Amino acid sequence: MLATWLGAVLNGTLLGLLYGLAAIGLNLIWGVMNVINLSHGAFIALGMFAAYFMVHSFHLSPFIGVFAVLVMGVFLGMATYFVSLHRIISAPELSTLLATYSVSLVIIGLGTFIFTTNPRAIDVRMGALSIGGTVLPMTRVLTGLFSVGFILWLYYFLYRTWSGKAIRAVSMNRDAAELMGINTTITLALAFGIGVALAMTAGVLAATIFPFTILSGGGYELKSFVICVLGGLGSPLGAMIGGLILGLIENLITLQIPTSYVPFLEFAILVFILVVRPTGLLARR
Amino acid sequence: MERGKTLFWLIPFLVFIVALPPVTGSVTLREGIFLILMYVTLASSLNVIMGYTGYVSFGHIVFYGIGGYISFYLMLRDGMHLIPAMILGGIGAALAAFALGEAVLRLRGAFFAIATIGVNEAVKALVNNLNFIGGAEGLFFNFSVYKAYGGAARAIWFSYYTMAAVTLITVVASYLIKMSKFGLGLRAIREDEDAAIILGVNAKRYKSLAYAASAFFPGMAGAVFFFKAGNIEPHDAFHLIKSIEMIFMVMLGGYGNVAGAFTGALVYERLKGFLLVNPLFKNLHMAISGVVLLLIVLFMPQGIIGFIREKSKKLRGVLE
Repeated sequence: MLATWLGAVLNGTLLGLLYGLAAIGLNLIWGVMNVINLSHGAFIALGMFAAYFMVHSFHLSPFIGVFAVLVMGVFLGMATYFVSLHRIISAPELSTLLATYSVSLVIIGLGTFIFTTNPRAIDVRMGALSIGGTVLPMTRVLTGLFSVGFILWLYYFLYRTWSGKAIRAVSMNRDAAELMGINTTITLALAFGIGVALAMTAGVLAATIFPFTILSGGGYELKSFVICVLGGLGSPLGAMIGGLILGLIENLITLQIPTSYVPFLEFAILVFILVVRPTGLLARR
Repeated sequence: MERGKTLFWLIPFLVFIVALPPVTGSVTLREGIFLILMYVTLASSLNVIMGYTGYVSFGHIVFYGIGGYISFYLMLRDGMHLIPAMILGGIGAALAAFALGEAVLRLRGAFFAIATIGVNEAVKALVNNLNFIGGAEGLFFNFSVYKAYGGAARAIWFSYYTMAAVTLITVVASYLIKMSKFGLGLRAIREDEDAAIILGVNAKRYKSLAYAASAFFPGMAGAVFFFKAGNIEPHDAFHLIKSIEMIFMVMLGGYGNVAGAFTGALVYERLKGFLLVNPLFKNLHMAISGVVLLLIVLFMPQGIIGFIREKSKKLRGVLE
């Protein structure tokens, strides 16, 4: 009995860290530029396919290639920003929601055309770790550790580097930041690029654990909404805690109720928190 | 031209389209026009909350699903006729929207959009688990249900005319709402909610009523659609992509405009049909829709009808 609970807690924590990483890009973009990036899930799926090609074409471990994806993701995200968002960044929410959704349509449309929707998986055998009777595959452990690493990196970037501080300044007050000599256009593009890059890294890591299709990003995107709402906007720590809560809920509650009720519970939590406390559970206000 | 003449061409045009299949006797045409009519219903009713009031309901398809499920269940279990079942489905959807609206319409902008996605996903997940309405597998009609309508072939024609009636009522209702004092209040909320409240608009009540109205017609459309399809399952009834399609149609034609929602639905159905049938674009239709949507959002946010209205002052009276 105790071992079951321990296993659920361990698995939930590791999965929760991954969820946190998956949500953090959405959270960053939402917090900085007040844009809900509906192409988030599509970029997560792109990350999964990046992992697939890493393993099958280059025989490269996803845990090494993930850094290359991070760099490419920043550029891909910046390009997406200039093509689809730059013109309408000050327009009402509807425009940015639809613009990012159309990006998602393009990515998923092309992805379906090229890769079809057949499920794929990558086989990364790295052994397993045994803790108190619970056997954890090494890929899961590494995924959790890498997620923490990327989240810490984001923290370092936002609070210790010039560009990161510029992003925070722009998120607080765009006009004032512009007056202080910050190039807000580049800064917003960079923030979007980093958000997209983190989504793609989450995709790479998720692909090492679960099988996937080009449509798999959608589930992570919806979970990311729940996490952002749980943790509040604009705080990477909030996203991580929100992810942990969700990961633990999924693993602990399914010990008591059927798994099929979990999505209902998650979205009920989402709507409930939005209505009761839209600034998030952990918001400072 | 004077104002208020939109329905003078819109209704004859709609009747003309509806009359095409029975006159030509073409079944293919009937299927296409059935979809156009449904899209017009969905787009026109979404327009009430999204276009007039400025609240973007991203999960609006939830009301289509709720209406579909209520009426399907009544027809299957009690052998109820389509018409009363459809009306009850619409009322059920409207009541659900009114109750939900009291809670989620307090949220503004993007928060509201996310909440409506959450509502849709929550309802879908819940229906997936409710065994008395079939769970994940859904419900199926026995073929004998159609006997009351004179066999399956006649039942399909019956559902076609019912959908036509629903569409007509929706278009007229959405026009009347827009032109009424209520509609003026809604548009005031869209422009500046706080100012509207100060000027005496009961924003809370108005928004809930607009939400209920915009849920009533999709509820009925869902009832007719699933009656014709003969089965209903959660994945079909609460498909988020359909929600986005509704938004797409409203944007394509023109936000907040009765003729716009109509045109958007018509053009969208034709465009989708063309892309799906054309061998060159068949597999790329999603990507192409994405590019078209992006171009509209970036360069023509007022939509087709909005664009014409800007260019021609004369036509403004007939394009409202």
